Amino acid sequence: MDDLYRDEILEHYRRPHNFGTLSAPDVSYEGANPLCGDRLTLMLDLDEAGTVTDVAFTGRGCAISQASASLLTDTLRGRSSAELLALGKDDVLELLGIEISPARLKCALLSLDTLQRALAERPADGVGTAPDGHA
Amino acid sequence: MSDPTAHRVPLDPDVIRADFPLFERDFGGRPLAYLDSAATSLKPRAVLDALDDYNERYTANIHRGIYTTAEEATAAYEAARASVATFIGAGSPSEIVFVRNATEAINLVAHSWGRRHIHQADTIVLTELEHHSNLVPWQLLAQEKDADLEFVAIDDQGRLDQQSFEVLLRTRPRLVAFNHVSNALGTINPVREMTRMAHEAGALVLVDGAQGVPHGPVDVQALDVDFYVFSGHKTLGPTGSGALWARRELLDAMPPFMGGGEMIREVHLRHTTFNDVPWKFEAGTPDIAAAIGLGAAMGYLGALGMDRVRAHEQELAAYALELLPREVPGIRILGPRDPAERAGIVTFTLPGIHAHDVATLLDREAIAIRAGHHCTQPLHERLGESATGRASFNVYTTTDDIDRLAAGLRSVQRVFGAPDAPAATDGDRAVRYPVGSHG
Repeated sequence: MDDLYRDEILEHYRRPHNFGTLSAPDVSYEGANPLCGDRLTLMLDLDEAGTVTDVAFTGRGCAISQASASLLTDTLRGRSSAELLALGKDDVLELLGIEISPARLKCALLSLDTLQRALAERPADGVGTAPDGHA
Repeated sequence: MSDPTAHRVPLDPDVIRADFPLFERDFGGRPLAYLDSAATSLKPRAVLDALDDYNERYTANIHRGIYTTAEEATAAYEAARASVATFIGAGSPSEIVFVRNATEAINLVAHSWGRRHIHQADTIVLTELEHHSNLVPWQLLAQEKDADLEFVAIDDQGRLDQQSFEVLLRTRPRLVAFNHVSNALGTINPVREMTRMAHEAGALVLVDGAQGVPHGPVDVQALDVDFYVFSGHKTLGPTGSGALWARRELLDAMPPFMGGGEMIREVHLRHTTFNDVPWKFEAGTPDIAAAIGLGAAMGYLGALGMDRVRAHEQELAAYALELLPREVPGIRILGPRDPAERAGIVTFTLPGIHAHDVATLLDREAIAIRAGHHCTQPLHERLGESATGRASFNVYTTTDDIDRLAAGLRSVQRVFGAPDAPAATDGDRAVRYPVGSHG
């Protein structure tokens, strides 16, 4: 518990990796955690086979959700959609390397949830938009 | 409320704390600094004893049994109703309907009174300050009836803009519904004046007193409102207790909310005649223990004196409004700057640190605050904040709790390596309410 806010987490919060936008993403999806008001827009470039070639995210939220998005997006390039859809909560918690209390689990998993919704709702033509109009 | 001289002596929270068993629990060598009373209050032993007494000594259903414990239970339940009536200045216990909480009371009014009296193109006036419980039931009703909702704006200190209210009253609304005290910002609203204006415009008035009844004297007749609701569990009472008050003639004319046992007089296979108020609105076996516990809470608070409760919490608010900006660099406190206009609720943000991170780190020091939007998403949208921290007080709150909060917030800032100066204002966060420095 004591290293919940260890330096690496705070470093990812202050200077998140892959923070920004892609110019013409194949998929763009906004996830939200209504309980805390966290919002995360995830953009992906995919090749024909559905493998991630580039990734970026924007949004705001707590240290846990931002660090988790930073750490998770670092691992996406070169991985297939099928592989990413099979990721589970333990994969993200392992990336974070900290113990998360039940009340904060949603913060930690917002990035994974957003990623998997983005991939699941990817339209056939490959161009996605946020379904709730918050892009 | 009865003996005015007794109330000149300020409350002593250290004495009061002995009545609340939760403070006996050890949280790492110290008691919990419980600063989330606006979510639910702690319960004094008098309330817990009343619950135990009913559950252990005279458990029985009410208004049915012809035996000793059933009669005792009925008497205790109805005595609790009378205590609630006295506590909020109702003309008669028959005007008090027991419900689970303020939310259920508002839904009861929306379903029973609202579905009969709100028609297509009618207007209901609400405010930007409302808790979701005083928004969503009216949204559902307006959708069903194709009615209109309008919202009183707030000013830069989170107070209702009376000019905006006056303009909205020109729509000749059927109903005006607003809170007595904002659960998110602590704003105390001018209920009596707004009610007078609403009545002049021909509207009825519903007041959400969830944060009103626990924190100061309330007299529904003096306020001259039409409906007043509150939650028992925020008023030192048990969860599952709450009350709707309405003027007798309104309750008499309203159709039942739910059908079932207790609310009937005569039931035939194809029709039913209904019981008198308030029982007409209490279908099925109610939470008898909770109602009796709420009666005990009314007795406990009545003995303290609600004017002293108000004075105590206003003093705590003034203390926090002075201390926090001095001790916690960059903190932004939202809501009215004058403690006289604010209940014991202090909502804040720390630049660059999300409220959930603040709450998690404070929890390690046994300090409990609320973090999030406090069931006021539209208000937070209006404020340009996705989440805020909220410290809220009650009779057992001490200045020591607030000192611990200030020190806790400083250590949160140290963990995050936050700068000592306020961060630059984001472009998308238009409304800021700095308090203290030069606010």
